[in-house]
Amino acid sequence: MNAVQTVMPAIGPVLPEIVLSVGALVLLLYGAFRGERSVEGVNVGTLLVLILALFLVVSGHGTITTLSGAFISDNFSRVMKTLILLGSAATILLSRDYFQRERIDRFEYPILILLCTIGMMVMASANDLIALYLGLELQSLAAYVIAAFHRDNLKSTEAGLKYFVLGALSSGMLLYGASLVYGFTGTVSFPGIVTALAEEPAGFGIVLGIVFVAAGVAFKLAAVPFHMWTPDVYEGSPTPVTAFFASAPKMAAMAMTVRVFIGAFPDVTAIWQQIIVFVSIASMALGSFAAIGQRNIKRLMAYSSIGNVGYALIGLAAGTEEGIRGVVIYMIIYLAMTLGAFAVLLSLRRRNEMFETIDDLSGLSRTHPWLAFCLAAMMFSLAGIPPLAGFFAKFYVFAAAIKAGLVALAVIGVVVSVVGAFYYLRLVKVMYFDEPKAAYEPMAPGLRIVLGLSSVVVVLFFVAPAPLVGVAGAAARSLFH
Amino acid sequence: MLGLGLLSGLLILPLVGAAFILTLGEETEGVRRNARWAALITTVATFLLSLVAWSRYDLASSSFQLVETHGWLAETIRFKLGVDGFSMPLILLTTFLMPFCIGASWLSVGTRVKEYFVAFLVLETTMIGVFEALDLVLFYLFFEAGLIPMFLIIGIWGGKRRIYASFKFFLYTLLGSVLMLLAIMAMYWEAGTTDIPTLLAHRFPVSMQWWLWLAFFASFAVKMPMWPVHTWLPDAHVEAPTAGSVILAGILLKMGGYGFIRISLPMLPDASASFAPLVFALSVIAIIFTSLTAMMQTDIKKLIAYSSVAHMGFVTLGLFTLNEQGIQGALFLMISHGIVSGALFLCVGVVYDRMHTREIAAYGGLVKRMPLYAAAMMVFTMANVGLPGTSGFVGEFLAMMGAFKANPTVAFFSVFGIILSAGYALWLYARVIYGKLEKPNLQGILDLDLREKLIIAPLVALTIWYGVHPAPILDTFAPSTEALMQTIRTALSNTRTAQAQVAAKAEVKGSGPSAHGAEVAAR
Repeated sequence: MNAVQTVMPAIGPVLPEIVLSVGALVLLLYGAFRGERSVEGVNVGTLLVLILALFLVVSGHGTITTLSGAFISDNFSRVMKTLILLGSAATILLSRDYFQRERIDRFEYPILILLCTIGMMVMASANDLIALYLGLELQSLAAYVIAAFHRDNLKSTEAGLKYFVLGALSSGMLLYGASLVYGFTGTVSFPGIVTALAEEPAGFGIVLGIVFVAAGVAFKLAAVPFHMWTPDVYEGSPTPVTAFFASAPKMAAMAMTVRVFIGAFPDVTAIWQQIIVFVSIASMALGSFAAIGQRNIKRLMAYSSIGNVGYALIGLAAGTEEGIRGVVIYMIIYLAMTLGAFAVLLSLRRRNEMFETIDDLSGLSRTHPWLAFCLAAMMFSLAGIPPLAGFFAKFYVFAAAIKAGLVALAVIGVVVSVVGAFYYLRLVKVMYFDEPKAAYEPMAPGLRIVLGLSSVVVVLFFVAPAPLVGVAGAAARSLFH
Repeated sequence: MLGLGLLSGLLILPLVGAAFILTLGEETEGVRRNARWAALITTVATFLLSLVAWSRYDLASSSFQLVETHGWLAETIRFKLGVDGFSMPLILLTTFLMPFCIGASWLSVGTRVKEYFVAFLVLETTMIGVFEALDLVLFYLFFEAGLIPMFLIIGIWGGKRRIYASFKFFLYTLLGSVLMLLAIMAMYWEAGTTDIPTLLAHRFPVSMQWWLWLAFFASFAVKMPMWPVHTWLPDAHVEAPTAGSVILAGILLKMGGYGFIRISLPMLPDASASFAPLVFALSVIAIIFTSLTAMMQTDIKKLIAYSSVAHMGFVTLGLFTLNEQGIQGALFLMISHGIVSGALFLCVGVVYDRMHTREIAAYGGLVKRMPLYAAAMMVFTMANVGLPGTSGFVGEFLAMMGAFKANPTVAFFSVFGIILSAGYALWLYARVIYGKLEKPNLQGILDLDLREKLIIAPLVALTIWYGVHPAPILDTFAPSTEALMQTIRTALSNTRTAQAQVAAKAEVKGSGPSAHGAEVAAR
């Protein structure tokens, strides 16, 4: 009996992932047997599985490692997993109506989202390089497929292919970096790497390894200079899939980035801090300047997401507990803003035609006042104007940067944010100052739910910010205990 | 403590009115009327509530009063409100001007009436919030939040170039403010809190003060606006609807001055003293240069906008004299300018509603058809010039007196501003009101109706009343000004002592050997 217990690892912390995996398999079987009639059932089933996993994640506590130390469940992973699950669930809600109307509603789609979610959860909980890579690949493979889900559409297949080719390249870089780190430290486990680096000073091999790992994660984050795929993939993918890419995988990529740098290389900040500072400044600048010329809202959101990753990385560049708290707060608020913006974009539909350029928003405040109000709130929030949530997101990362002495980074960041404000304001201008066009069809219920919840978070965050800030603080503390 | 006090009531009341207006259904004539009345009742109620706050305010005390604190971001960043001698008059000015703005928009705003009043009421909350906030983060929150409704007011209900003006207004002020945000963060890490009363007692290192001061200056100078970052103001003023201009000139410009007196002067006294010459230079340039610019304007609103920049030059001049007269004068000028420039914009609105043009050349001889209007305009023009007996005189005189004490050269040049202001203001008055009534479309122009009389009469009364009896306002400022002067004097003398000690030490070290040598020689 005793022998069995030592062999059998604790499955408690992995329970959410197991539930998701089993759920995905069961739903896949159900879909395979019922055929296309099962779409409704699989969708509902997926939502239920996600909610069950969410419940399991939220009910966990403490810091536990399991699976021979490859998997860690701590406050940080649980917060990031909550965000990932919320993002995935919202995607299911956003997708339903769109896929039905585009006649591509297959049961595989929600199952692919589930598989992708499992990969993302593993990324958030990975405690060694192998687990990290496994999670990353599971997430990426599922993502490549759903990018091309509109398989009769040229742009969508192009998006999928582009994403796949460049994604494979970046995975290769990450793997190469990981192998260098393994070669020079003799271990893949994050705590092991910390110990190894403490014993002898980091040599050139480690530096090279960290650079390659950084390149790999920068690709997944869509941070400059590895951002080129983003606008095309965002534009080509079906819009709900774009919403997904902009939300849940961003959470996972950020969780992974923080885990690698804070979990494995906390004492060699000097090596990676300048990389992160550069990536952060470049992302903020490109996100702000390149977005100015965009007419397509999906492309605009792609550049906006690049810029937002840059701001979130300011917190990581600080490398302190306050910084990571800022990153977590930023990601929470970014999730709400992005989902809300995409919910509005998805409701721009008239007689089975989707509209996605900025001009299609003309006079939205006259035809759909509430829709315009919500999108305006999202835009002011993305621009970082108080009292909306986006201000607090920026507040915490900039505050951490100032405390860490990264004043130049903070000054560049705030100045660039004013440039960014210009194009967010332009959307408000189009909606509020321009002459209205014909009205759009009423919103689907799924969109209403997502937009309503995200608007509440964005608009009313300032009333009671303490709980979320506390959660983020606890998450950051668990990385620095 | 969950109970909400008077000050949070002042913040919540306009929002309640805004929420009520939002619930009114599709915009019909009836709904528009209801929205107007709801907005008027809300603003009047807010004014009455602020009078209640005023009645509970202890004039003799210089400390913060009616303070209330609620938990917010963290233990050290709290939702803290309070008023003192600097903020109380500005809050009263805000709540007092708002009903006039609603009244001025009664008929001139005919489209999207609901949204218009909602934007105005939200704007009122943010303005009151700026003056009430006793926490820097909260102060910043309200300071910036006001941009959103103002952006919409200019952009939706503005004139021809409204989009350009609204973007310029928004981005200009935002760029200035973000640097202030970084300074607030730096203060937070240095002092461990953003609580304003605590920070007032905190001594920041002199080297740090310089950077902080410059960051705050970037924000307040744009908001003020000071030369050369004033260019957003004429555009915003010209394009904004009448009530928007009144609020811009009356209240929003005062936020910059309030920021200086609340943050820069007391928290960063050493830097303020060091940078005073810079502020003097910019103020004098603003006073002379923008007065000359005002003279050349062909648009009535633009002329008043430039004159506002010139008057704000007197305010910054007075504030940085760092003596009692200068600061009192600057504060008085802020209140007086709030009333007078607001009234002038209302007067422009009156003729604009009738003729739909703001070109000076389109008017002339109005006194023949609009005697009451001409009389009211006369009072405000004189107050704008700073004629004794009007409220404009008291502030400018005190500010100039303070300037003379601090730096006679600066005072000498700034006096030209008064002469020039007489030039452009009287010339404007002559061209619009006097002369022959030649324009055919002016023949049938009507004098003030009842609504306009109700709006303008109280402002005329106040302008004259505070001109002959400025004591109530000055007495309110006095205790806080005294406390501020005390803070600045102590800080400056402390720094001087510290510097003297350092110098003395250096001298002792330097003179050590030679003194020893002298001793030896004496033996």
